[in-house]
Amino acid sequence: MINQVPVSYYLLLGAILFSIGAGGVLIRRNAIVILMCVEMMMNAVNLTFIAFSRYLDSATGQIFVFMVMAVAAVEVAIGLALLVELNRHKQTVNIDEINSLKG
Amino acid sequence: MTQLIWLTIAFPIAGVLFNGLLGRRLGHRVVSVVGPLMVLASFVVGVGAFADLLARHGEAVNVPLWTWAAIGSFEVNLSLLVDPLSVLMVLVVTGVGFLIHVYATEYMVHKDESGHAHPDRDFARFFTFLNLFIASMLVLVLGNNYLMMYVGWELVGVCSYLLIGFWYDRPSEEQAPIDLGEGAEPVKLPPLLSPAASGMKAFIVNRVGDVGFALGVFLIWTTFGTLQFADVFSQVPHMAEAMPAVLSWIALLLFIGAMGKSAQIPLYVWLPDAMAGPTPVSALIHAATMVTAGVYMIVRSNVIYSHAPGVSMFVAVIGAVTALFAATIALVQVDLKRVLAYSTVSQLGYMFMAVGVGAYTAGMFHLTTHAFFKALLFLGAGSVMHALHDVIDIRRMGGLKNKMPVTWLTFWIGGLALAGFPLMSGFFSKDEILAKAFEASPVLWGIGVLTAGLTAFYTFRAIFIAFHGQPRDRHLYDHAHESGPAIRFALVVLAALALVGGVLGLPAFLGLPHALDSWLAPIYATGEHAAAAGEHGLSLGLELGLMATSATVAVLGIVVAYFFYVVNPAIPRRMARSLRPVFVLLANKYYVDELYNAVFVQPGLKLARGMAQGVDALLIDSVLVDGLARLVGQIGRQVSRLQTGYLRHYALATFIGVLILVGYFFLR
Amino acid sequence: MEQTLFLLIAAISVIAALGVVFNRNVVHSALSLLVNFCALAVLYFMLNAQFLGIAQILVYAGAIVVLFLFVVMLLGAELGEKVTSWLTVQNGVMAVLAVILLTVIGTAVFESVIQGARGDFTPEAVQQYGQVQLVASALFTDYVLPFQLVAVLLSVGVIGVIWLAQRHQQSSARREFHD
Repeated sequence: MINQVPVSYYLLLGAILFSIGAGGVLIRRNAIVILMCVEMMMNAVNLTFIAFSRYLDSATGQIFVFMVMAVAAVEVAIGLALLVELNRHKQTVNIDEINSLKG
Repeated sequence: MTQLIWLTIAFPIAGVLFNGLLGRRLGHRVVSVVGPLMVLASFVVGVGAFADLLARHGEAVNVPLWTWAAIGSFEVNLSLLVDPLSVLMVLVVTGVGFLIHVYATEYMVHKDESGHAHPDRDFARFFTFLNLFIASMLVLVLGNNYLMMYVGWELVGVCSYLLIGFWYDRPSEEQAPIDLGEGAEPVKLPPLLSPAASGMKAFIVNRVGDVGFALGVFLIWTTFGTLQFADVFSQVPHMAEAMPAVLSWIALLLFIGAMGKSAQIPLYVWLPDAMAGPTPVSALIHAATMVTAGVYMIVRSNVIYSHAPGVSMFVAVIGAVTALFAATIALVQVDLKRVLAYSTVSQLGYMFMAVGVGAYTAGMFHLTTHAFFKALLFLGAGSVMHALHDVIDIRRMGGLKNKMPVTWLTFWIGGLALAGFPLMSGFFSKDEILAKAFEASPVLWGIGVLTAGLTAFYTFRAIFIAFHGQPRDRHLYDHAHESGPAIRFALVVLAALALVGGVLGLPAFLGLPHALDSWLAPIYATGEHAAAAGEHGLSLGLELGLMATSATVAVLGIVVAYFFYVVNPAIPRRMARSLRPVFVLLANKYYVDELYNAVFVQPGLKLARGMAQGVDALLIDSVLVDGLARLVGQIGRQVSRLQTGYLRHYALATFIGVLILVGYFFLR
Repeated sequence: MEQTLFLLIAAISVIAALGVVFNRNVVHSALSLLVNFCALAVLYFMLNAQFLGIAQILVYAGAIVVLFLFVVMLLGAELGEKVTSWLTVQNGVMAVLAVILLTVIGTAVFESVIQGARGDFTPEAVQQYGQVQLVASALFTDYVLPFQLVAVLLSVGVIGVIWLAQRHQQSSARREFHD
């Protein structure tokens, strides 16, 4: 079976999604949306992994994606739990209203 | 016993641990037993090693303990060397040390009128240090390499410091001016340093010498690539041809160490002040053993010195000058212990004169006999002090022979030995040195004979003033008493040794056996010593003449002292009045202390103060330490502004960082 | 045919991604994210990674997006920012940065030649042994240690979330810390 889509298309799509996610992290102030953007960036990376896995006939890329998924799940769970806790204390999830780290 | 020689060091160390950790709690009686017992045990082991060595005909044995340090090719094996020289030193150190320990068990306890014993506040500490000293001294003499010798060298220095300053809370004392009578102005005497200051002085002056010694050891290492005695000495003859200058430097640097430790000009100044320590310390450390370490070191290194004739001559000259110089100061001292201290410096000068002219056996012989009679004299002085409640000024004594017969008799024996009275131990050893000195140079001999006369004079001046004549201080005299059994035991044994110690080295030219000479023969460079012994330069008649001369001089000195201080006590005063400038100069010890104070101590203090205020307080504290802290604080304050606390700023920074990294890796 | 499908799916995923970023309503953002994830799952299928495609739908669409929606429900969708206009200078700068990143990576994609040893995960092998079997055999042999570590990570995550989410009795020390 000859794949008609060149690998670079997939890679480019991954780059586009990654950049959009990154831009979203920078632009948005709502912490929940920022987490979503981070997830999107991870997915973009996953896409490139799988594309390489396909074009190099290797299972390693898929294994990596599997790991990333697990990490992403944990990350979201903890991140959202932190947001809930944060909201409990500060009554906001707007990152511009939180600057306890100020030196 | 040879393989167990390490026990000689282990026993005193056990004593240190026991007395140091438990002594205070167990009381002075237990310490009085344990302290001397440990040294006695050492002595017994030493005797065992001696017997073994005798059976082996003096063949040296290395007793390896463990490898101390191995850095690349640099390896220091902790090994003990059992050979005639080290065993002789072990016997002297532990033998005399044991007697002095026994003596100290009584000396450090004061009995009041009702017979209650009051041990010194720090009785246990005293014996801890004393045992530590014995252990250190044994490390010094038993080590088979220069590093162990250096370690022992420093350790005995520390013990000396600790023991001189033993009564660290006693103040410095004024000395009453010397009254010359008949309207003449009394001669003021410089005050005596406090024990703490004396200890410090001893330590610092020794340090000057130790630097030289350490440099000498370094130079040995760089030159020979080893510090083991045997390896070094086997290379010396070759090195003496290849680079004689380096060998001379080694000899000279080692001798600088000996100058400090053995109180030779110009580093002798600490020894008289070291008398501020308890008297057993003066006897053990500052007369019998530690101060002779320099002599031991030179005899041990005899191969080096015999290949460095220039330095050897220098050693002999320094020794001779020191002998005369110190003897003249001793003439006018009024402090009994200081008379003996200057006498020690003077006798050490003799020993250096001997080793300087290559008469190593004679040096060791005098070292041994000196250990006996000088320890005896110090212990006798201590006995007097003990009886007179620490009064040491001979001008307040007098007539003590009636009150303290044993002390008086033994002191006489010690005095005769020191003066070189015929057939006493000191006579043989001193005569041997003088004969060897005459062989090398009649000038040295002349100085030696002059010194011998002075020695006899000042020794018996002290004896006649202190023990004979009328009591000068009635109150003191009435309370004086003979010392107890422990002190008498030590005095009598040492007196016996001082009497018969001469049998170790009966004059060979009379056909008598010189035991020490054949005993020590294995330690000398093979061949040369035999040759030197073979070409005995002096004829029998000359030897006899020299012997008669020194005997006459000694007797003359004693007779003059008797005439001056017993028959007609007015003479010395009259002489002092007519030679007042000389007298003042001697009473002030040639102003050497004042000179050193002005030239070294005060500039040193000024430099230190300047460093403290200028460099330390300003540069290091303000600029470097505080300045750095301020700088870091400032930077931190500025940099902390970057920490806005806003997540987006952090994210932005991360993003830009990633951009740069990605750009670099993808597009380079 | 396949290329057309790819372009279609790619367009959907990009539009959904932009929707995540530029939706004012958080719920709408979450739903856009769902679309994005599903589109990617389709791409995985196209890349012969059916197992991961299913996992993508299960984990991301099924669990993560639902988790997001739960939290939004808990906290209220109106929380967070009130965006009046997207066209601010700040956003412009950020967008430019993102575009620069894209340019850099895109250049790299087209400039560099993909090299690497070919493995044995060929379509033929997949046909013969099956997708899941092959992935699993790699996972449980070569990558068993990372697999275990992921298990540990998940446990830690579970415990951490439970600890975070419970209502704490606020001790004085904690209050001090928060104030």
